[in-house]
Amino acid sequence: MVDNKVTVGNKTLYSRKRRNKVSYSRYGYLFIAPFFIVYAIFHLYPLLYTFYISFTDYLYASFNLVGPDFVGLKNYIEVIKNPRVTGAIKNTAILWIVNYIPQLLLALLLAAWFTDPRLNIRRQGTFKVMVFMPNIMTAATIAVLFYALFSYPVGPINSMLAKLNIIPKEYFLRPEEYGIEFFRSPMATRLIISFIQFWMWYGHTMIILIAGIMGIDPEIFESAEIDGATGGQIFRNITLPLIKPIMLYTLVTSLIGGLQMFDIPKLLLNGGPDYKTETITMYIFGQAMESRNYGKSAAVSIVLFILTSILSLFIFYLFKEEDNVAEEKGVW
Amino acid sequence: MKRTIYYDLSYSRSLKAKTVFIYIVCILLSILSIFPFWVMFVNATRSSLQIKTSFSLLPSKYLIENWKTMINREAFNVFLGFKNSFFIATCSTILTVYFSALTAYGLAVYQFKLRKSAFTFIIAVLMVPTQVAAVGFYRLMASMNLNNTFIPLIVPAIAAPAVVFFMHQYIKSALLIEIVESARIDGAGELYIFNRIALPIFKPAIATQIIFSYITSWNNFFMPGMILTDVKKYTLPLMVQILKSDRFRTDYGVVYLGLSLTVLPLIIVYLLLSKHIIRGVALGSVKG
Repeated sequence: MVDNKVTVGNKTLYSRKRRNKVSYSRYGYLFIAPFFIVYAIFHLYPLLYTFYISFTDYLYASFNLVGPDFVGLKNYIEVIKNPRVTGAIKNTAILWIVNYIPQLLLALLLAAWFTDPRLNIRRQGTFKVMVFMPNIMTAATIAVLFYALFSYPVGPINSMLAKLNIIPKEYFLRPEEYGIEFFRSPMATRLIISFIQFWMWYGHTMIILIAGIMGIDPEIFESAEIDGATGGQIFRNITLPLIKPIMLYTLVTSLIGGLQMFDIPKLLLNGGPDYKTETITMYIFGQAMESRNYGKSAAVSIVLFILTSILSLFIFYLFKEEDNVAEEKGVW
Repeated sequence: MKRTIYYDLSYSRSLKAKTVFIYIVCILLSILSIFPFWVMFVNATRSSLQIKTSFSLLPSKYLIENWKTMINREAFNVFLGFKNSFFIATCSTILTVYFSALTAYGLAVYQFKLRKSAFTFIIAVLMVPTQVAAVGFYRLMASMNLNNTFIPLIVPAIAAPAVVFFMHQYIKSALLIEIVESARIDGAGELYIFNRIALPIFKPAIATQIIFSYITSWNNFFMPGMILTDVKKYTLPLMVQILKSDRFRTDYGVVYLGLSLTVLPLIIVYLLLSKHIIRGVALGSVKG
């Protein structure tokens, strides 16, 4: 017993060993409590509640809130049959693919150039600052800006095309007649949305890929160079296989982000023309806030949740495996 | 021998050509990144008639006139939006960063039974997007009479799993336990140790997270769009919608001025902190 006591000045303290066991674990719970309490109330409960609502009739019918009344799978069946929902899933997929493939290719190309010591590209920092800038700008502002830029009859893109003689100069006199109405065409609108996403995100992907390549042991490159490999060979046979996990990471995070695509299509044309640019989250938002049919909105939310969970699990296992591999190989 | 020299010369020449090509591509891409913003700022200084009848990349002199028109149209109150955005982003960033550091510290420094399960839970919910729980969240806030207030946009910021994860990775690398233990011997309380000793050590991680949390909150459109319906409560991203409405149909100059004002603070912050931001992006990916 005496061993457990330490006297400092006029205070009696118990030895560290004993105090550790008795009181410190309490602080652990105390310190993480705010997070878990707030998470439970504002994140977990709404998620479970959304799950519950998805099995109920819960809506405003002639200004009266009805429900929630349990109806089983009714919302899910209605939602799957609804061409607007399947259309929204298709639109989201198209908008994502058309932006992601060029985004990854350009980011890879730039990353290969910037990390090649033989090319020794200067002013990389300035270039990164420039191309990353659109990424942190308010997406809502960017959407309205592009809406204004591409607008018809009066819009800078139209007047630029007229100035470059791509459309007749008479445009400046009679814009209605000679201007291009971009937002009437579903394809043009989709391309503009995909372009904005591409333009906002390729710098981000590039920075991540460069960081991944810089993380590779330089000795591997050096010995490849001594063996006489060309830049292209090194990139194909060494860099690409080694950054595969990082590429998969950017792929899956971009996919999860893409499933939530909202700000740009919402503020550009609100899903138009003819719902051809309506995304999944726009449908969820519209059902909840405009149609005020919470049951249906919740059913689509749960579908989105399942899709996202599958993808997240994939990342989780990817990194678990990568950790094991890294320990064996000592690459990262 | 001869052959080798010949090979090297042509090789270095093609390398030079390739380098020139790369610089040209980089310059074009940089222009592409800036071009829309440039047109926006230039058009903010041009009159609606000029915008309608010509295209120019050089500023004109109608900035003040556009400004006056904008102030007279009370519909688009950029200052109110700025004030609301500033309030929400500041409060939620402080909460996110402080409580994430506290949670990560609690998980890293103390040994307790549920520690591992708590950490696994945080990783498991890392990727859950807020949108999937939005309907439930909206109805919950409606039943608590909190819609159209700032509380639903601020208080949930206390629980930010991704920030906790980032901080945890950082704390693990910053050797902490010994410092904590010696502070305990000096008789310091646990919360005091966290606030006065641990937090200053986390400064680099905190700085990165302040920037990203602030920008995320500032740009958020989905949640405020659900919760805030009163125009007086609008944040900047919500305010921007007004510029698309019929009230500004022919005021081209005013629209560009309004848009410019909503991103001007971000551009200034970005130019000051771009190095940190880009380093943070690279860091977050490799570690996370």
